[in-house]
Amino acid sequence: MNCVKSAAAAVCQALVIGTSIAILVACGGKSSTLSGGGSTNPIAPAASNVAAAVVNAGPSGNDVNTLFTSVTICVPGSTTSCQTIDDIEIDTGSSGLRVLASALSLSLPTVTDTNGNNLLECTQFVDGVSWGPIATADLTVAGETAASLPIQVIGDTTFSSVPADCSSIGTVEDTVSSFGANGILGIGVFTQDCGVACTIAPANGVYYACSSPTECTAITLALTSQVPNPATYFATDNNGVIIELPGVATTGAATVTGSIVFGVDTETNNASGKATVITVGGDGTSDAGNFTTNFNSASYDASFFDAGSNGLYFNDSSLSECPGTPPSGYYCPAGTENFAATVVGLNNASANVNFSVANADTLFNGGASLTAFANLAGTFPQDDSFDWGLPFFFGRNVYFVFEGKSTSVGTGPYNAF
Amino acid sequence: MRNGTVGTLFGIFVGGLATLAGACVAPRAAHAALGAPYASIATDQTTLKASIKVTPRSSYEVHELTLASGTSVREYVTNGGAVFAVAWNGPTMPNLRQTLGDYFANYTAAASAAHGGHNHLAVRQDGLVIQAGGHMRAFTGRAYLPQAIPAGVSIDELR
Repeated sequence: MNCVKSAAAAVCQALVIGTSIAILVACGGKSSTLSGGGSTNPIAPAASNVAAAVVNAGPSGNDVNTLFTSVTICVPGSTTSCQTIDDIEIDTGSSGLRVLASALSLSLPTVTDTNGNNLLECTQFVDGVSWGPIATADLTVAGETAASLPIQVIGDTTFSSVPADCSSIGTVEDTVSSFGANGILGIGVFTQDCGVACTIAPANGVYYACSSPTECTAITLALTSQVPNPATYFATDNNGVIIELPGVATTGAATVTGSIVFGVDTETNNASGKATVITVGGDGTSDAGNFTTNFNSASYDASFFDAGSNGLYFNDSSLSECPGTPPSGYYCPAGTENFAATVVGLNNASANVNFSVANADTLFNGGASLTAFANLAGTFPQDDSFDWGLPFFFGRNVYFVFEGKSTSVGTGPYNAF
Repeated sequence: MRNGTVGTLFGIFVGGLATLAGACVAPRAAHAALGAPYASIATDQTTLKASIKVTPRSSYEVHELTLASGTSVREYVTNGGAVFAVAWNGPTMPNLRQTLGDYFANYTAAASAAHGGHNHLAVRQDGLVIQAGGHMRAFTGRAYLPQAIPAGVSIDELR
């Protein structure tokens, strides 16, 4: 990347606000003191298909390793009834744009079925659920637009009654404070948020038809009616995304600025290059979205890359968990430990990954202003899962190619780096 | 209060009784899963609309319920008839209020405290471990009562 070009200089300038080490990475400098990918990954400067992404403390002021961007949404067909919303979390573990009602100043048309019932969703995350109606909006991110995009409005006050089947799954997170962001942009490898699982039986706990705010019936919902991955609605650059973040110093950073690039092999700034294609399981399979990690003589066959996870989560009994009441679940080795793993796709292509696990308490004690850590790790429930969260993304360009979409090097769903 | 409840349940497991005397919740219809008696699994099956398969192992049985969405919920039952662990995986999350029983409140409390974002959750308290992760289409998790695990059974079997 050439720092003397004005667009590139703008990115370098933005990185000055972060760490000076980060600037060296973006401008082709050495990265010997960085964790993460370690090599110098070229980060695309602002462009029509490139949106800025930032790691910071978020609306709560407490977030770590959480990536945010801004989106502009309009009432469908309008160029004046529009709003730009910041603090939208980027997630590759989900699909769909969701905005908290309290952060939304627009009145968007809701989606109804042929009987006039509103379509409501109980979006499932590991830590809870978010309830709200499906509505449509015109979305603009960077220079990409999606017209009449179905999105979810979380915590809409009209639909404040959450069905028991929904609240029985977990904590209801319908406010900016409980959700942790003004919204979430899910741009993972799948075209819809739920997929086949929501087409086979009504008791999926996800979609509902509501004849009134208090009368909701669980339903199946055809794929074409489910909340879509917004990037699949772009006219072009709609086959995948690339998350591009610079490396981070081993002691952490107060903020990190990078890019989300839309499209793979569709423009001059989104080439696959030499990235290794790691194919993941398809929708409706037991390893949907997942590949295998080989680590410590063990095989973790339900592994995944997820920008929406804020640590590297895997089960390793040799790593002690941090003390505390209650324990955080992060790892606290005496000193930073360095590891090597291999990730293997369903296509049997493989790539080596070096990573570090630092003492999480030491990292957090390094300063309350630090929000980004490339060596933060913690436990995971299953021996067969390795969650490569945001730490993996620092210093790497990570590709998410959507199911059924093609690039110069393969057909999704796949990851590459 | 939660420690007190676990202590009471552990006494029940050791004694082989199948009542929830002393549980700090109001009595209600047989309610399943973690910490509850074996008979409650039938309630789980009805409530969760699941098919069920039983696999005997060394000192316990695994009762596997398969939900309509394809998600599997496994309940680990001692030979004395108490559920000491549950595990789940599948495309959608299970009804955790039903599956975790009295411990659902611990799960939601952890989500309300500072935690690891939307795609990860961990609870580790005296007498209770809950770990959950994954993503839509491939959620995974487990919860167990460490003091209630039968002798010789490894945590690695509980998944």
